[in-house]
Amino acid sequence: MAKRSAPEVNAGSMADIAFLLLIFFLVTTDIAVDSGLSRKLPPIEENQDDIVIKQKNIFALNVNANNQLFLKAGEDEKLIELKDLRALAVKFLDNGGGTGKDACKRCRGAKDPKSSDNFQKAIISLSNDRLTKYKTYIAVQNEILAAYNELRNREFKREYPKLGMNFVEANEKYQDAQTKPKEKEDLKEKLEAIKLLVPQKFSEAETKNI
Amino acid sequence: MSKFKKKKDGGLPPISTASLPDIVFMLLFFFMVATVIKEDNLKIENKLPSADQIEKLDKKYPISYIYIGKPNPNYIDTYGSEDRVQLNDALRSVDDVQAFIAAERAALREELIPKLTVSLKVDREAKMGVLTDVKQELRKTNALKINYTTRKGDAVSSQ
Repeated sequence: MAKRSAPEVNAGSMADIAFLLLIFFLVTTDIAVDSGLSRKLPPIEENQDDIVIKQKNIFALNVNANNQLFLKAGEDEKLIELKDLRALAVKFLDNGGGTGKDACKRCRGAKDPKSSDNFQKAIISLSNDRLTKYKTYIAVQNEILAAYNELRNREFKREYPKLGMNFVEANEKYQDAQTKPKEKEDLKEKLEAIKLLVPQKFSEAETKNI
Repeated sequence: MSKFKKKKDGGLPPISTASLPDIVFMLLFFFMVATVIKEDNLKIENKLPSADQIEKLDKKYPISYIYIGKPNPNYIDTYGSEDRVQLNDALRSVDDVQAFIAAERAALREELIPKLTVSLKVDREAKMGVLTDVKQELRKTNALKINYTTRKGDAVSSQ
């Protein structure tokens, strides 16, 4: 019998098949975006008692319909730029102007008696117009969260210097599925402690339309 | 002289396309790995804003998506050019948000219901008005865990 070599399979259409599959996947899929700013909405309460808060402890921020930021903190009222917001918020939160039992041992700010007392007392209030653009709103939220994270990072490092990471990194590690349960427990405890130490007192008023 | 002529007659050899399938397969695998199947077919514009203080959403817990934005050019005739809310595959009004959350909750196991996170995918150019109404509806139906879904990037410079 004559030895015949197997005929070669024509692979010329392989590229077409692969292209077809590629185009199918390009059309039906989406690059996943699964990250963002996590917030908690306040529950609706029927009878709200008014709480008296000292004026100096409020950092009232208003974003108007033209996406301008108006800040009212203590006695000064002014228009501010978005790029200055983070520094101003940190300065306000870190002020530590309290005396006596309101004194703030951890704050490293200017200790201005006209600004906030301590981390627990300082409140950031954000209000916006119905015509404010979403991207400005997100940028403001982002800057305020950044201010809190900056202080939490500092306090986390000061409290647990041996871990060699800051609050945000620790939080990421805590959420990482590959972290061991025992380590998670340990991290959770530390993260909660810092969250209590520097609470996010960040209130959003209902939008007004004047 | 004849030597030169011969060379010209030969012409360029054809480019081998044997590796073309390999290249295309490589692209295919990249897209298969890097993307996910679309959850909903969007009828609105949905370019997300960027922020840098972001946290990853935990996929262990259920997530419901609410989209807000202007209708696509294809739908402007039917739905107008004001910001609209999209729930699942249809453009709905703000009043339907409570029913939507109730339906999402009905599909969940009992113990996961309080863990439900609402991911708000809002177009960067959208106005806050509709979003505020949606947030108010979410408060009414007690779905308080929300996440403003954003891309990673600098929030201030992208204004």
